[in-house]
Amino acid sequence: MQVEQISVFLENKSGRLSEVTAILAEAQVNIRALALADTSDFGVLRLIVDDTEKARQTLKNNGFTVGKTNVVAVEVTDRPGGLHDILTMLHDAGLNVEYMYAFVRSSGDNAVMIFRIEQEQEAIRLLESKGVNVIDGQRLYSL
Amino acid sequence: MIYDIEYETMPREALESIQLRRLQTTLERVYANVPFYRQQFQEAGITPADIKSLDDLRRIPFTTKQDLRDNYPFNMFAVPMDNVVRIHASSGTTGRPTVVGYTARDVSTWSMLMARSLSAGGAGRGDIIHNAYGYGLFTGGLGVHYGAERLGASVIPVSGGNTKRQVVIMKDFGPTILTATPSYTLHLAEVAEEMGVAFNSLKFKFGIFGAEPWSEKMREEIERKLNIIAVDIYGLSEVMGPGVAIECHEAKKGLHVFEDHFIPEIIDPQTLEPLPYGATGELVFTSLTKEAFPVIRYRTRDITSLNPEPCICGRTHVRMHRVTGRSDDMLIIRGVNVFPSQIESVLMETENVEPHYQLVVDREDNLDVLTVKVEVGERSFTDEVKGLQHLERRITKNIKELLGVSARVKLVEPKAIERSQGKALRVVDNRKI
Repeated sequence: MQVEQISVFLENKSGRLSEVTAILAEAQVNIRALALADTSDFGVLRLIVDDTEKARQTLKNNGFTVGKTNVVAVEVTDRPGGLHDILTMLHDAGLNVEYMYAFVRSSGDNAVMIFRIEQEQEAIRLLESKGVNVIDGQRLYSL
Repeated sequence: MIYDIEYETMPREALESIQLRRLQTTLERVYANVPFYRQQFQEAGITPADIKSLDDLRRIPFTTKQDLRDNYPFNMFAVPMDNVVRIHASSGTTGRPTVVGYTARDVSTWSMLMARSLSAGGAGRGDIIHNAYGYGLFTGGLGVHYGAERLGASVIPVSGGNTKRQVVIMKDFGPTILTATPSYTLHLAEVAEEMGVAFNSLKFKFGIFGAEPWSEKMREEIERKLNIIAVDIYGLSEVMGPGVAIECHEAKKGLHVFEDHFIPEIIDPQTLEPLPYGATGELVFTSLTKEAFPVIRYRTRDITSLNPEPCICGRTHVRMHRVTGRSDDMLIIRGVNVFPSQIESVLMETENVEPHYQLVVDREDNLDVLTVKVEVGERSFTDEVKGLQHLERRITKNIKELLGVSARVKLVEPKAIERSQGKALRVVDNRKI
């Protein structure tokens, strides 16, 4: 049920992000979601794409340091408190969210959030048992 | 004033005959007492008896810093430990420092040479010397201290750091002589200005600066900001410490090498051939009076030249030009010696870090700042920012603990470090010296 995410190390200098997008565009890889975490010196670009392996290999061949991480994609009801309910579930179960960001597309009427949780299998089981819709990779890439 | 008029102004001929006599004694002592030197002589097929003139010195093999390291810690000592009263050390690669020892007579000789140096720099009885060289394993602090006491001046052993307190002491105690590294002096001037203390209205008359390379431009700046006369002092722990050579305040044009205690030579660092007076090359020293730690043709790696012309101050000892560079890749960061290979071994010992790095040295607010750029490879990469920040902190801590120097660590992309002809450019020194 988990989703593969690639991450890229970037120095904080102008033009680096557009080099990544240019490389992916040329390789015909479609970016489905993206988040950038940065400090004054460097940033970590996190990407969900339609072809993880191709994206990873192409970026590596172009000299980037690339990592692969599993994340969890969750449908969040599009109403006040929707996200809060899910965070409360995870918190009560002692599961720590390392980071999260929003997926661009929605799933029906619901928003989609990407969570990075260390104990991801445990989180998936918990959320499903509480009736929360967890989206698997294949479906997510084609949303 | 000339502290030791007899020796410092001795005619060359008499000086050279003293040099030869002392050289022969030193060679006999190291041959008998230091296995390393005996082996060096044997490999060259000579004995001390073969050295019949000063020119014969060039038949003796060189000694390098690596030789000193190989004999860590005390194997280069030429006297039993019972006779060693002081030990100093300078930083070396992979945490192995160069260790030097002194007998009571060595400490006395050093004090006398430092008294000569302080005197040449303008100090005398009745002066108050503010000594901001670091006290400890580094020879700077204690070297100046003993010389000041021998001279009969008052010495304030303030050492390095705690700059604001130093400014208060300067204002309240009224020192007349400043001894410090040139970069720390400019830092002191800035802090004084921030504290509203007019540095040029303090009682300073002369300053004696060294332990790092500096330029004529820095001299002008220091002289203007402090309203003093500034002179250059030279030394290194392997040869003795500060007081091997000193500029006289009368000429301020090159540093007199105390030739009755040291023989300087200039060699071509590539061919190792001796070069004539005036030619620029690597400085090599042979000690003539040291007991515990004599050095024979020690390669300093400092680049300079020697000038035999008579000096207006009356001293007959040859003058070395201020040091203009190094024949190896050693960096001096705020007085601490740093080799790129040391940083490399720290990185190798840090888990998951690859030794792709570059050292960038800048001078900000007159203080040296070392930045270590480290490439992030797949082993050290994590998609969490805090993980990467943790990595930066770990490297910073290891460098500080093992090398004693504060560095900024900056993570960079793979191949971000310039490579010239496949070889990485390891050092970028942006300091304008």
